[in-house]
Amino acid sequence: MADENRKNGDEVGVLERVKSGIKDDMQSLKTDLPAKAKEQLDGLKDPTKTQVYTSIFRHKHDDTPRNRALGVLSNVFLHLHPAKINRDSVRYSYTWGMGGITFYLFIVLTFTGVLLMFYYHPSKVQAFRDVLYLEHDVPFGKLLRNMHRWAAHLMVIGVWLHMFRVFLTGSYKKPREFNWNVGVILLVLTLLLSFTGYLLPDDQLGFWAVTVGTNMARATPLLGHEGPLGAQLGMTPYNDVRFGLLGGSIVDANALLRSYIWHCIGIPIVASIFMIVHFWRVRKDGGISGPAPVMLAAEADKPRRGPKAAGE
Amino acid sequence: MDWRQLWDIMSAPDNVPIVGLIPLLGFYIYLAWKQAKANDDLVVELEGDAALAKTHHRKSWPFRPGWAKEVHVWPFLLRIEFLAAIIVTIILMVWSITLNAPLEEPANPNLTMNPAKAPWYFLGLQEMLVYFDPWIAGVVMPTLIIVGLMVIPYVDTNPLGSGYYTWKQRKFAIGTFLFGFIILWVAMIIIGTFIRGPGWQWFWPGQTWDHNRLIYEVNIDLPDIFGITSNLAKAIFGAIVVGGYYLVGGFIVHALFRRYNPKDYQRMSLLQYSIVMVFLLTMVALPAKMMLRLLWHIKYVWITPWFNI
Repeated sequence: MADENRKNGDEVGVLERVKSGIKDDMQSLKTDLPAKAKEQLDGLKDPTKTQVYTSIFRHKHDDTPRNRALGVLSNVFLHLHPAKINRDSVRYSYTWGMGGITFYLFIVLTFTGVLLMFYYHPSKVQAFRDVLYLEHDVPFGKLLRNMHRWAAHLMVIGVWLHMFRVFLTGSYKKPREFNWNVGVILLVLTLLLSFTGYLLPDDQLGFWAVTVGTNMARATPLLGHEGPLGAQLGMTPYNDVRFGLLGGSIVDANALLRSYIWHCIGIPIVASIFMIVHFWRVRKDGGISGPAPVMLAAEADKPRRGPKAAGE
Repeated sequence: MDWRQLWDIMSAPDNVPIVGLIPLLGFYIYLAWKQAKANDDLVVELEGDAALAKTHHRKSWPFRPGWAKEVHVWPFLLRIEFLAAIIVTIILMVWSITLNAPLEEPANPNLTMNPAKAPWYFLGLQEMLVYFDPWIAGVVMPTLIIVGLMVIPYVDTNPLGSGYYTWKQRKFAIGTFLFGFIILWVAMIIIGTFIRGPGWQWFWPGQTWDHNRLIYEVNIDLPDIFGITSNLAKAIFGAIVVGGYYLVGGFIVHALFRRYNPKDYQRMSLLQYSIVMVFLLTMVALPAKMMLRLLWHIKYVWITPWFNI
């Protein structure tokens, strides 16, 4: 009996405790949840205070000079820029913006190029059909191919105009000599990128353009079988520099594959590396060259004392 | 006047970039010339007024005390970059919607395209093939162009005109570059694109591209004019002519350079001066050989068993 009572009493006690516990839980749902919800909603009114936001953007966004500078400096994509630049350096009439436009076109070309790669097989059987398929069946395929083509041509023009501007403003002069050279290499790589892409549709236009282009390699002095002193050095159509370029003695399947690999992998990687150096050197050599204060002939052979001496 | 023919060439999709390049170049040359003139005027003004030269901010754009010398990249530069990206995207989109990339018939090695043309940006080099053997036009010339561009910063000793547009302070440098870029590169591309038709023959704009046209044209070699027949004599004669061109031409350029560009002449080392000379004379040799060919039908100047120039 006593045992039973104790047992019952314990059971009653447990039941009571469970009941009151649930009651507390219910109560907390009624009082705490709305309070927390209110807190949450208040938090959403200013998302910049949330942990997610502050973990991504590491500084405040108030409209202060400091935050404007931080906005550029603490962003991986923007930090190539300095925080502040000369007021005249933003003038389009001076810069023409061609370097930046060329880089932007390179990005556009990478993007459209990767999409094109999904539809393209670099083989003699498939390549031309893939282009037809792309033009007639793939949604927006024609637009994609057109954009890639015209962006490539625009990029060639952009590079030329950029070089033209840099020359006309004397921007290759000390201390930017080396960066001019990096730029010349980028010019060559741009032309090679465009040229290797020309063959890929595997149509008459590309085939004959590349045939004409690589025929010149036959005539390389010393290294081509038709070039000066080539035959004397044992060059034949099957071992000269043109054979190396085409992977054969005629423009055929191997040439298509080689073009494809140079176009999609080899040259873009090399060009990217040179671009990294190019942009880095722009900053290291003191930002863009001008517009600088004009120098008078009488001052030319004296050491320059900087813009402050000119009263700026 | 065959307008249809003209339109066909101008509107060929791959030729559109060149058609676009011409007004674009015109615009940017105008833009550069305008600023160069403003800067040159400013230089004249400051050189005549020493007191002003000490206080002037030395730009053709206005600047007043109290104005910030520097501006924030955000937003003043980034908004321009963003705008440029949008504008380029719009141009590219409109261009891609309105004009289709060319696609000819499948590649066929047995059916030669006539004319078979390289991509438009290499047509200057292909045009050179008319006047020079492939090893010069296709290999030596491109190499010289690249090397020539690369030596520019190391042979241009003129400290003036660094970071601003000018003409009067850099006449020689800018003149040479314009000659190389506009005449030897762009003009040659335009000839290669619009003038050269089937068989790589010369067709004036608007002339019908006649695939059956035959031109009876006998090209002769320079030694033949002088009645030189033996191979050894031809080789020696050619070496004398080419060597003579560089010597006499070099002397003329020297005489002009030291008169009209005495400061640069004084500043340049022997190596710098020699490099400039060689590249300049080689550049001038290009149109010189073109003239020999187009006006007097002379094919080679220097004939040897291994190479011809």
